[in-house]
Amino acid sequence: MKGDASPVRPEPDAPVADWHSYVHLRANTKGRHREFWHHVSGCRRWLVAERDTVSHEVFSVVDAASLKRGGGT
Amino acid sequence: MTGFRLPRGGRIDRSRSLRFTFDGRSMEGHPGDTLASALLANGMSIVGRSFKYHRPRGILTAGSSEPNALVTLGEGARIEPNTRATMVELTDGLVARSQNCWPSAAFDIGAVNGLLAPFLSAGFYYKTFMWPAPLWEKLYEPLIRKAAGLGRASKEPDPDRYEKSWAHADLLVIGAGPAGLAAALTAGRAGARVILLDEDTEPGGSLLHKTGEVHGRATSEFLAGVVGELSSLPNVRLLTRTTAVGWYDDNVFGAVERAPADVSGGHAPRERLWRIVAREAILATGAEERPLVFGGNDRPGVMMAGAVSRFLACHAVTPGRNPLIFTTNEAGYRTASALEAAGIAVAGIVDPRPDGGAGWRGRAPVHANTVVADVLGGRGVRGAILESGGRRFKVAADALAMSGGFSPRIHLACQRGSRPVWSEAHGAFLAPERQKGFAISGSAAGIDGVEAALHDGSRKAALALAELGFATKAAFEPAPETMSKAFTLWRVAGAKGAAFVDFQNDVKADDLLLAEREGYGHVELAKRYTTVGMATDQGKTGNLNAIGILAEARGVTPAEIGTTTFRPFYVPVSFGALAGPARGRQFQPVRRSPLHGWAEKNGAVFVESGLWYRSSWFPRAGETNWRESVDREVLNVRTNAGLCDVSTLGKIEIFGKDATTFLDRIYCNAFAKLPVGRARYGIMLREDGFVYDDGTTSRLAEDHFFMTTTTALAAGVLSHLEFCAQTLWPDLDVRFASSTDQWAQMAIAGPKSRAILAEIVDTDLSDEAFPFMAAREITLFGGRIAARLFRISFSGERAYELAVPAGYGEAVADALMEAGAPHGLCAYGAEALGVLRIEKGHVTHNEINGTVTADDLGFGRMVSGTKPDFIGRAMLKREGLVAADRPQLVGIRPVDPKEGFKAGSHILRPQDATALENDQGYVTSVAYSPHLGHAIGLALVKGGRARHGERVVIWNALGESYVEGEICAPCFVDPANERLHA
Repeated sequence: MKGDASPVRPEPDAPVADWHSYVHLRANTKGRHREFWHHVSGCRRWLVAERDTVSHEVFSVVDAASLKRGGGT
Repeated sequence: MTGFRLPRGGRIDRSRSLRFTFDGRSMEGHPGDTLASALLANGMSIVGRSFKYHRPRGILTAGSSEPNALVTLGEGARIEPNTRATMVELTDGLVARSQNCWPSAAFDIGAVNGLLAPFLSAGFYYKTFMWPAPLWEKLYEPLIRKAAGLGRASKEPDPDRYEKSWAHADLLVIGAGPAGLAAALTAGRAGARVILLDEDTEPGGSLLHKTGEVHGRATSEFLAGVVGELSSLPNVRLLTRTTAVGWYDDNVFGAVERAPADVSGGHAPRERLWRIVAREAILATGAEERPLVFGGNDRPGVMMAGAVSRFLACHAVTPGRNPLIFTTNEAGYRTASALEAAGIAVAGIVDPRPDGGAGWRGRAPVHANTVVADVLGGRGVRGAILESGGRRFKVAADALAMSGGFSPRIHLACQRGSRPVWSEAHGAFLAPERQKGFAISGSAAGIDGVEAALHDGSRKAALALAELGFATKAAFEPAPETMSKAFTLWRVAGAKGAAFVDFQNDVKADDLLLAEREGYGHVELAKRYTTVGMATDQGKTGNLNAIGILAEARGVTPAEIGTTTFRPFYVPVSFGALAGPARGRQFQPVRRSPLHGWAEKNGAVFVESGLWYRSSWFPRAGETNWRESVDREVLNVRTNAGLCDVSTLGKIEIFGKDATTFLDRIYCNAFAKLPVGRARYGIMLREDGFVYDDGTTSRLAEDHFFMTTTTALAAGVLSHLEFCAQTLWPDLDVRFASSTDQWAQMAIAGPKSRAILAEIVDTDLSDEAFPFMAAREITLFGGRIAARLFRISFSGERAYELAVPAGYGEAVADALMEAGAPHGLCAYGAEALGVLRIEKGHVTHNEINGTVTADDLGFGRMVSGTKPDFIGRAMLKREGLVAADRPQLVGIRPVDPKEGFKAGSHILRPQDATALENDQGYVTSVAYSPHLGHAIGLALVKGGRARHGERVVIWNALGESYVEGEICAPCFVDPANERLHA
């Protein structure tokens, strides 16, 4: 797991404030949360899972690369 | 009078006798007895002493909530303290001892604490042991620890075996009383996979001690019929002696199964930890009978009414010849009736309800609108003082059975965030009846009566299975509920003797009232102030009374007090069960390098490094300590040559037409122009600008790179690469494969390394053909083995790293040792490797500590100023990362070469006081350099690069040592790097 999947890596020359926010600031979400998971012992894909942080219910899982490219799963 | 065995009855096997000892006294019981029932049958009323006041205590319950009868079982390594006598099946030869008393439970010196009771009230730790502060650590705490505490554990390894198992079920039913049996039967008949658990030795729950009829048949006959049918269903698994202890995410339940008394030991596991994945589950754990709070309610001989019924029905044991009953509900009358049926003369039934006993048809006199104020007797019950309308009178009795109502056992249902809800009608807290995948049934849901519970279990099972698409038919039809509004009596006011709420932790009603007066009336505060509910029984019997007493004192309802949080485990779980087979050599997997056999042959001493066993040094005959071996290995590498196993380094194959672009973004230094056949040292940063890992990456073909990482971060770096490739730049054509385990890799270092390698390598190793930082796929032994050769050096000497397929590793290393013998080649280990790199100032994760930049380590000029983007670039220029007083890598040595110092020591200026605010940095690595003949170190020192030559103090606060040192360049041997080409 690598935490919140929402922050988008800024452009290289984006303002420091954007980078600060990307690198350091995370909401401690209670409830629905989109986060990175890594299928370490399997296909080794990084996934974006939407999960309830209280009930641990998982609502959706998509391949992170497909998502980044603008596709679905 | 004390307890005894009746001549007839019970579910025991009277044809056989079991011998056991208690506090050294030999006694007898029968198969079917628990230790508790056998002790009662032998007239043992005092079985232990209480925690704080050392009051004599007897047996309170007949089940897992027992707070008093904690005993130590076994001898030697099998000593097991704090075992509930009510849960121990009697076995032949059982050895049990009382606890918290000396010399025995019956005569206990510590009972003098009882006289000090006025000084040991709620919060006494906080009040008494506050000052003077230094005395806490040296005097108070050791004394309290010695005096308090229950049983003592064995210090020997546990000789028994433990197991872990997974199981899957459509329906898990927890508790095999009427509701649980009905649920399991309904689901079993429908063909669902059912697991039915019960912590008792046989299923039945309250049916085991119910008198009369159920469903028109004698109770025992009815029970046998249901259990018989369940056993005949192949899709139903019945686990007895199994307690569900926790409810977890995804409807996974934890449960602990105890081996039957007669099969534990040998190769059979003693306990089995179950993890049960249940699509649906039903909690049918019944309800806990509550004690009543009156003077002397902890005296041996005072027992729960349900426990009296249970001992009578199952073990034919009674706590006395003329017991008194004190009850707020019908349960006390059922006990009275069972006692009378067994020929016991009940001394009377005390009922605080004005209309109490209206339906009673037995012989015993009923005292309605009356309470027991105090019990007479110290080491047993002689009688009681009753109070009715201000009038007090004595009755004689030799035991007392009490029932203060029932608290549904909702613990598991409230372990995942649901709060218990107060029900005035039930006089108890209830849990939500149905949560996702988990329903509650029977008296655990506040349902009263066997017939009603049978129907409820059937109905809840049908509802749960409907969720899964099963068609079911309820095993039992609706029955009228007999529920009447509960009468609650939290405590008897005006009792003269101590009235206990929490028996195990010796918390009295007065303590709770005091806590409330002193401002600790909140349930969470009162718990910690008085320790109510904090004992090993977690307040199963006492907590609700505590809540009721606090509510009364504050003039509110228990709903407004609320409960403390229910957390796993429901009962204490042994470490053995949790560890299972993962202990000793099975504690964790062992990773062995492909060169492990070679190292063993050469006499290596191994050191654990994560899961790896790395060869640490290679002692030779006559060497008496590790330093001698390491010094020899280091000197030999710099004089002749050495062979070291470096297979544990992480190895990653990188392929793809965009691999160069990718590496350029991953490393802070340039990789775009790395030619095929060359290796380069690379530094990876984290996105926050600090150094993440280092290693060499070689280009073996246009689209094929081979990366090495540090041993510790092998898995982390691969994950990081995949994260970047997949989530940041998915359009780059690049793929990764770990090959750490596929290659045996060895460093051959030293001036004679080339000559030795030349004996087995097919390639021209001249400096022109194979220069420093060359990296190529080659062959060995005339083309018989394909290998990879890298001319890289961690030691500062001419050195090569040779990688061969793992299976050939040992043979190749052997061949090298043979070829190298005439050249003086020796095996060297991780310790010598460390000395060699410290002598050269090469960093490891001792220095890459997560708070340093590339510049801090002296690699500032490597960081690309021209690449548009790489991980960590954007944050590098933050002022904190470029400040003048950044910690910078330096060398450090003692002014007096005879002095040594330790890694982790801090650097101070000589004139400064020894204080953290004067800290200049710390020593990251230390070694004895046999080359120089004194200790050397690397350190991270504020602005250190400009401070070479400065005298400092090396301060070791733990060893209280101060060594005069000098800051120097972080390179102690061959600063011009000429030996790389020697």
